[in-house]
Amino acid sequence: METVPKKNRTWALVIVGFFVLVSVISFGFHEYYVYLQAYLWFGFIYGMCLQYGRFCFASAFRDLFAVGVPRMVVGIMIATVLFGFTSAFVNATGWSTFHAAPTSIHATIAGILFGIGMVFAGGCASGSLYKTGEGNGVSLLVILSISVTQATFVDVGGWFNKLVPEPWRLSAMQKGLPESINVTDGWIDQYLAGYVWNQPVLRFAEMFGMKTDTVMGAFVGNLFIGVVIPALILLLWVYLVWVKKNHVRKIEKQGRTVTFRDHLEGFWGMIVSSKRTAIAGLFLGIACGLQMFVIEGLRMKFGVKNAGTLLERLGFTYGLSAKGTVFDPGYWYVTTQEAQWVGWTMQKIFGWNFMDNIFFGWVNGIPNPAFNPADWMSVALIGGAAVMALLHNEFKFKKPTKELAIWAIIGGFFMGIGSRLALGCNVGAFFVRTAQGDPSGWLFGLGMIGGAYIGVKFFNWWTERKMAKEMAGLEFEL
Amino acid sequence: MAMKFEKKGEGHYMLDVTGYVCPHPQIYTKKALEKLQTGDILEVVFDNPSSSESISAMCDSNGNEIVDRKMDGGKFVFTIKKA
Repeated sequence: METVPKKNRTWALVIVGFFVLVSVISFGFHEYYVYLQAYLWFGFIYGMCLQYGRFCFASAFRDLFAVGVPRMVVGIMIATVLFGFTSAFVNATGWSTFHAAPTSIHATIAGILFGIGMVFAGGCASGSLYKTGEGNGVSLLVILSISVTQATFVDVGGWFNKLVPEPWRLSAMQKGLPESINVTDGWIDQYLAGYVWNQPVLRFAEMFGMKTDTVMGAFVGNLFIGVVIPALILLLWVYLVWVKKNHVRKIEKQGRTVTFRDHLEGFWGMIVSSKRTAIAGLFLGIACGLQMFVIEGLRMKFGVKNAGTLLERLGFTYGLSAKGTVFDPGYWYVTTQEAQWVGWTMQKIFGWNFMDNIFFGWVNGIPNPAFNPADWMSVALIGGAAVMALLHNEFKFKKPTKELAIWAIIGGFFMGIGSRLALGCNVGAFFVRTAQGDPSGWLFGLGMIGGAYIGVKFFNWWTERKMAKEMAGLEFEL
Repeated sequence: MAMKFEKKGEGHYMLDVTGYVCPHPQIYTKKALEKLQTGDILEVVFDNPSSSESISAMCDSNGNEIVDRKMDGGKFVFTIKKA
């Protein structure tokens, strides 16, 4: 095993020390900061898990389509089922912080755009965060692109208002939003209030006549029907299409006839083929469920329903939404806080009014990133990944090349658009929702698979072209 | 740094995808292996940690043997024998 240089261990210690110091000092100011610290340390755990397992949603179907490697699909399904299991406990106790999303085709369309973007960018929203922690400049550029695209997209109006269907505009006007939001100016505002909010909000338990906050509804409806069965179907499909052929070939080489038992062993072999990914999935699934418990517990302790109230009590009122709230999901989320810091920066420094749209002004706010719970989570996620990378001697600063910078910006753009249309990214719109038995998560996932397929087709053409140039002087048949 | 593919000797090639992120290293490795003859050696140089998992899994499922793996300071060198 490779020895970890002392310098790496020192830096890992510095990063951990920094987060400990932030926690201790902020607690010294007020006990309310425990709320932000909870986000911080869960973010740190996520970062460590993601880096350890090379856990990137982008690689799940991309690597399957591009190079026939199923490890990440397996890892994600393990994490989803385990998160679903811990969530079922949380749901059954009524402590869940989760709110299901509207279910309709918009989730699939958004998923396609997001899927294309994550293949182009070389990482999904969460993958880009953890890879930034590995010192990867391309991933940092992806995050910047996602952040700026989202913040701009949710505020775009003017000429784009002409693209809004009339029924959306009329429906949005009937939602009784405050004048400060100016709902008829902004494409996303009218898309949200005039279309998305009109779609059914449901979970698998409710579709089968059960209540989510009962043992039956949480474990049978949402977990078994909504998570375990679709995950098994997906894994079976992956085995039959990508893994079975090679497994059968290996057995036939031994001169044996393939039996059903061999297929079971092949299926299990696929599940455990990447120990690192499977272990990361296991810890991620448990940590995600635990975060819901912890955040809801803290809300009860402090007598609040949203972190906006805590920020107000602490005297930070800038950037609270018209309802006095800020983005405070209570679970793992990635993209909204990325849009928020851009929104805050552009409003604070350049005077651009971002509070006249639904996304910021009515729902999420644009609090100072230094006091934004979800931003604490993302920063700590990068830190956790950096610590893990340093301790495995995998940390390396990498400047983006021109080619990769272009892909990063284009990919980030597509992911930014996709995540706002779906109200979340690969984590918020897929991982969290599917694990909670929300069918819109699977609709987004289907779109992501389709988008990944399109992205891989393009990249196959692109790399083939470049390989042909490189091999031109050699004796290969091109 | 741009991708490089070079012949190092008879049946011995080198693919350098240092600086590239996913999915480039694994796709280039797959495409390079497809061009080689059985028994040829491909040295893949890359510095994207997650590609190490994907390249290992890809070789395992295709029967190509990774005869040597080196990792130093975030740089990986996999020596692969084409099956």
